[in-house]
Amino acid sequence: MLAYIIRRLFYAIPILIGVNLLTFALFFMVNTPDQMARVQLGDKYVDPQAIEAWKSQRGYDKPLFLNDREGSEGLLTDTIFFDKSIRLFALDFGKSDEGRSISADIYQRMWPSLAVALPTFVIGLAVNIALALFVVMFRASLFDTAAMVACVVLMSISGVFYVFAGQYLFAKLWNLVPISGYLAGLDAAKFLILPVIIGVIGGIGSGTRLYRTLFLEEAGKDYVRTARAKGVPELTVLFRHILPNGLIPILTSVVVVIPSLFMGSLLVESFFGIPGLGSYTLDAIQAQDFAIVRSMVFLGSLLYIVGLILTDISYTLVDPRVRLS
Amino acid sequence: MADFKLTILWSDWLIYLLVVTLAIFFINLARDAVTRKRWRKVFVSPLGSASFLVIVFYVAIALLDSVHFRLPLQQLEGSDTVHYSQEVNSLLDLTLQDLRGNDEKTYSEPFAIYSFAKENRTLDSGQVVRDFPRLEHAGSHLPTGKPASADIFERTMHALVVGALLTLALWLLIWVLRWGLGLSSGQGLQASAWLPWKSILLTLGALVLVSTWVMQLGGYYHILGTNKVGQDVLFQAIKAVRTGVLIGTLATLLTLPLAVGLGIAAGYFKGWVDDLVQYVYTTLSSIPGILLIAASVLLIDVYIETHPEQFQLTAERADFQFLALCFILGMTSWTGLCRLLRAETLKVSQLDYVQAARAFGVSNGRIIGKHILPNVTHIVLIALVLDFSGFVLAEAILSYIGVGVDPSMASWGNMINEARAELSREPVVWWSVAAAFSMMFVLVLAANLFADKVRDAFDPRTVG
Amino acid sequence: MALLHVFNLTIELPASTGPDASPARSLVKGIGFDIDAGEILALVGESGSGKSLTALALLRLLPDALAITAGSVRLGDNELFSFSESEMNRVRGFRAAMIFQEPQSALNPVKTLEQQVGEVLTLHKKLRGQARRQAVLGLLEEVGIPDARQRLDWYPHQLSGGQKQRVMIAMALACEPDLLIADEPTTALDVTIQKQILELLNQLRRARGLAVLLITHDMGVVAEMADRVAVMRHGDILEYRPCQEFFAAPQHDYSQQLIHSLPKRQFRPHITEPQPLLEVDNLKVWFPQRQGILQRVAGYTKAVDGVSFSIHKGETLALVGESGSGKSTVGRAILALEAATEGRVSFDGQAISELDQKAFLPYRKRIQVIFQDPFSSMNPRMTIREILAEGMRSLGLAETSGQRKSRQEEKLSQLLVRVGLAAEHLDRYPHEFSGGQRQRIAIARAIAVEPELIICDEPTSALDVSIRGQVMELLLELQREMGLSYLFITHDLSIIPHLAHRVAVMKNGVLVEQGLCDQVMNQPQDPYTQALLAAAPVIQALG
Repeated sequence: MLAYIIRRLFYAIPILIGVNLLTFALFFMVNTPDQMARVQLGDKYVDPQAIEAWKSQRGYDKPLFLNDREGSEGLLTDTIFFDKSIRLFALDFGKSDEGRSISADIYQRMWPSLAVALPTFVIGLAVNIALALFVVMFRASLFDTAAMVACVVLMSISGVFYVFAGQYLFAKLWNLVPISGYLAGLDAAKFLILPVIIGVIGGIGSGTRLYRTLFLEEAGKDYVRTARAKGVPELTVLFRHILPNGLIPILTSVVVVIPSLFMGSLLVESFFGIPGLGSYTLDAIQAQDFAIVRSMVFLGSLLYIVGLILTDISYTLVDPRVRLS
Repeated sequence: MADFKLTILWSDWLIYLLVVTLAIFFINLARDAVTRKRWRKVFVSPLGSASFLVIVFYVAIALLDSVHFRLPLQQLEGSDTVHYSQEVNSLLDLTLQDLRGNDEKTYSEPFAIYSFAKENRTLDSGQVVRDFPRLEHAGSHLPTGKPASADIFERTMHALVVGALLTLALWLLIWVLRWGLGLSSGQGLQASAWLPWKSILLTLGALVLVSTWVMQLGGYYHILGTNKVGQDVLFQAIKAVRTGVLIGTLATLLTLPLAVGLGIAAGYFKGWVDDLVQYVYTTLSSIPGILLIAASVLLIDVYIETHPEQFQLTAERADFQFLALCFILGMTSWTGLCRLLRAETLKVSQLDYVQAARAFGVSNGRIIGKHILPNVTHIVLIALVLDFSGFVLAEAILSYIGVGVDPSMASWGNMINEARAELSREPVVWWSVAAAFSMMFVLVLAANLFADKVRDAFDPRTVG
Repeated sequence: MALLHVFNLTIELPASTGPDASPARSLVKGIGFDIDAGEILALVGESGSGKSLTALALLRLLPDALAITAGSVRLGDNELFSFSESEMNRVRGFRAAMIFQEPQSALNPVKTLEQQVGEVLTLHKKLRGQARRQAVLGLLEEVGIPDARQRLDWYPHQLSGGQKQRVMIAMALACEPDLLIADEPTTALDVTIQKQILELLNQLRRARGLAVLLITHDMGVVAEMADRVAVMRHGDILEYRPCQEFFAAPQHDYSQQLIHSLPKRQFRPHITEPQPLLEVDNLKVWFPQRQGILQRVAGYTKAVDGVSFSIHKGETLALVGESGSGKSTVGRAILALEAATEGRVSFDGQAISELDQKAFLPYRKRIQVIFQDPFSSMNPRMTIREILAEGMRSLGLAETSGQRKSRQEEKLSQLLVRVGLAAEHLDRYPHEFSGGQRQRIAIARAIAVEPELIICDEPTSALDVSIRGQVMELLLELQREMGLSYLFITHDLSIIPHLAHRVAVMKNGVLVEQGLCDQVMNQPQDPYTQALLAAAPVIQALG
């Protein structure tokens, strides 16, 4: 098990290098460090010295990927790419191109992100599983059909519509909660209710449908017939036999997103004006702050890979058949 | 008739190519008994057939909107050279000429004949009053004193009668065709009796009725009101169909060769090929999708700004940006399909018929072409129809956060984006965003229902 | 008064409406039988005969799509079809229990043995806690689970197939039911395990006075176990008689056919050819096992570990072994579908195990293969014509232009006729054929390139018994006509005497015994061969 995790972490290294290469290539394909400096310094103060100073101060005065000036020794290492990536692996995000500490920003902004993403995830999962079980209880009936039609309709509505409708009803018409914004501490609750509710409702259609399919797949298996042959009542079959087996694919498929909950949701945060990591990233992209974009992409990939490893571990926890090697 | 200059955009080429490939694909499929049976299962269900017709209706609009041309400008006296307008028109623009030409000054409600905003007006008496002015175009045909509602009712009735006649004519045509086809195959009407004719005819009828109604009334009123700059909202929403349909199909199709090629290669050759492909898709899928999209779209913007010489027309620039968006959307989603194809290929290449082919010394290329590819296409098909609605919805969200299609291009996302300001007005301007949501909803719902049927018919787990 | 009395049981697939409309179809057509306490009734039939549906219908466990439209089932004094669903739940597992064909999937994978066996005890006997644990332990010991105390907390996947079936039996017997319904309880198991399970059932039946409805397609099992026999076909019971009488003088044609489908113990004369066609010398196929952080090769799974044999022209060598013995891997290695780790394969004097894909090509024409599952061995998207022509084309035997094309066409038609099908089948797709017909097409595909050796990998084990004999006859005919040699890979000892000249018995990757058929079958030397032979059910009545 431990050996397995260590091996998986080793596998993560080439993936993260690849991610970094891609980010660098994408960014510098259309941008040069000179242009970056110009954008950051503002058009008024542009003179060659200022640009050079900006570049050397932030380490953008080296070649991008290959340094053939230095001879063979620093060919790969004395470059912007190596310099900027190697620190990321130590989780040292450095300073943004504006000069703020990225780590501090991340630490500060991840709490609002979590405050929205975590309740949405947990409540959404619980609601979807409960609804799916309820539908499976009445499988192959008119109710089942109606519920599935309702799910398809819910799925076909744009997420933006839920946001508009929610903001209009809850905030504008009924004046229950503020339209958007955020306050720290316990005051956050009233700002969080709406995004969480909308996040949950937006996921009901696809979630319930998927879980119903998974439960129905289990319901058709031989061991369910065995349980019936033992004289187990139908409801007990559902809760004692179908549910535990159906939960395995459900839980293991959602584990992968758990670490990424820290990253917040770009969409929800920008709709509701929540100062989390999602809106942080979006602002950085719009301001072309490469240091932040690079850090967030790296962090996102890292968390995804951690999610993949957690997925494998979660299999061993919930499914007795699986052992890692 | 003035001459014109055909202007074919890149996305136009792609959509023509798409239609031709699909035609060839379907002709080929009709050959194969197993696939034919599965398609039959899709179209046997009333819902499957009806949703397919709705999709075809949308695709037809998109196709009409994909034949672009530029009209010549007024020729200067004594000059021989013909200059063409910078404005690119499509066949759809011609068809909906009535809706397009009647721009008002600013917002107006659906079916309104007065503007939404008050304006200073000088009366005949020289007095200045602040009032809602009459719209320039909508309702301008009304004789003074006649209420609009009565006129709308009359015209609606007229449109319904015309629509009903057209519907009947269409039904008759279909019946004659069926009868003729049946006669040639000697089975009479039994030949195509398995199709759910009732729902097909009803859907067709509904589509014809709605279309005639829009065509009849569109020239006299703004059925769904006008937007900020006075353009007809319904026309904008219809123009956005092309964007929606294209993004739904092109996003998958542009990266399809990559997904199919790499997925099958990884599953069939295994070893280092597999390792490499797995590395590539794990790396790509580990980057948060929306980050990748947002970053790439902004990069495209920068590229367009720094290379203005490549894009002479606004439409060309918007088109380039649009294709880039499709490609990027595809890049974020092909990894999933690639993974599925790899797994399926691993499974299929272990089957006895592939082993038998190898025992006959059949070459790898032929095994992939004849044995593997035909037996994994159902996965591609299911992914294609399932992803379609996802991309249509994604466009709305991306345009809303400002990384979607070019603002000059008609799209539901752009309409919804404008709603940010409109919804906070008092009274609320709701018609523009409502039009966008409902046009999108109908397409996505039809696509989802159709995708459901396709999956039921093609997924081996649900196929008995 | 019989313990179980079934009368006029009728099961229908209701008429479907809508576009795919089909009329109602009866799958079981008003059958009836009785079982007394302590008696075993064998319900015999091939796939699709309705025997498993009958079993499920007794406990009202049919899938929702099917309906019982008429009949009565009396268990003791109760009419089961008049019970409510909750009353039925007091019968299931308590007075009548059931075991199924696939022990692999019939147990809940995420529950321990104690939980699964205990569930019945809690439901029907209200046992809980330590008392329940003790009762489960007793049951597991009774059905012969070794180290039962330890295994109480195990999960099903930790047990072997035979042990799982034992757990199923323990679960069925937990509440001491009067009736046990066993639906093909040994079909998925190896012969040696099959024998143990059957013995266990027999012993429990005697000890507890259990009535058993044994559903099977295997006439050997019937002969060994049953007191009475009911033969089912197309939803009807054709013959219903005491076992002894049945085997001595079967009344119905179909019954006779079933009994005679059992191969006779009649040995073939051995071949006297000096030069072997195929020689396998110390063949090893090892699969590496990787371990640890760096995935170093820590050891090998030795699927085939030093196997040597030879086959002469016109000769059949039967390679016998149970599942996992490595017998199929030997076949795949000869075909170069699997790389040999060590050893030599020579064909017609030429070493072929070292050849690369291209150099092997000429031998692909001479060595062909027939697979076990006729449903997966043909690409569902190709017509029979394409399937037959594929090998001929890639091996350069196809004729494509003009006049020759019609000759090719004629050859394909002749091939189909030769294997007992018709020329007009050429344009059909595989799914339009039955299992037996598909296996005939697979044979046609193999002989299309006129090979000298065919590797038959369990070609008959997926077929119904009555079909099995016909396919084997076809193989024998072709051998006589074309002078073919066969490597016949099988787990079924009963078909060997009729088919093979020589036998090689394989276990855990090595050959434990090989020799002439009558030698090995009559005087087996190795204990494993002896166990295999002893386990194979034979019809005593026929001697």
